[in-house]
Amino acid sequence: MAEETTRLKVTKLGTLSLVQFADRRILDELVLQEIEESLMKLVAERDQPPRLLISFSNVDHLASAALGMLITLNKRVKEKSGLLKLSDIKPQIYEVFKITRLNKMFDIYDTLEQARASL
Amino acid sequence: MSDAPRRTADEPMKEIVVRNNLAAAKLPEEKILADVTAAGYGEEDIFAIKLSLEEAMTNAVRHGNRNDPTKHIVVRYSVTPQRTVICVRDEGLGFHPELVPDCTLPEYIERPCGRGIMLMRAYMTEVEYNENGNEVRMVKVNQR
Repeated sequence: MAEETTRLKVTKLGTLSLVQFADRRILDELVLQEIEESLMKLVAERDQPPRLLISFSNVDHLASAALGMLITLNKRVKEKSGLLKLSDIKPQIYEVFKITRLNKMFDIYDTLEQARASL
Repeated sequence: MSDAPRRTADEPMKEIVVRNNLAAAKLPEEKILADVTAAGYGEEDIFAIKLSLEEAMTNAVRHGNRNDPTKHIVVRYSVTPQRTVICVRDEGLGFHPELVPDCTLPEYIERPCGRGIMLMRAYMTEVEYNENGNEVRMVKVNQR
């Protein structure tokens, strides 16, 4: 089952929510705000711990504000004892995670399949 | 002038003044990237300039001019096949970049902000602020 907002495509795979971005560039403040709201809803909507897998396969560009959003999301997920995994991050975007050392904070996989297999 | 940058670029610079909002901030980005592409920079350099310019413009709109729509941002730039120099100035009170916490430190890693300057420093060849802290000057040397 897939739910689509203008910014996100969310596919439910059992208890797991697979999130894909509609935008190739996660930069614009308003876009980010919409994405953040949708993701926070996903975390808040269930009583059970949230299980999110976010694929960056569509994303070519990312601003530091998007990193901030992911950090906040990670905190919320942890508070509910859930899990958050990231996958398919293109090399130039992964570099952004490396520079900011957020590659150590997040659970990052090369592919969606690898991320799912880790569950 | 006290708010002048510490060092000026050697090349003649073009100037664009935009209103203080993120939509208007796209205009200098489009113009600079068009010049950079025409000057034959590689994909990695273009990515670096684009990312750094976006971070600088966002900082100017949000932190410098505090989202005040009556304020403006002045962008001066020069693009040669050798290097690109970009200066972004806001009308704010400025800040001390050395006081921004290092978000790679374990005690600050969970802070959701403060990474823009870090990325600019990582991607550009030089990044410096004027004394007031309301203008950033960034240089990218063409790696090709």
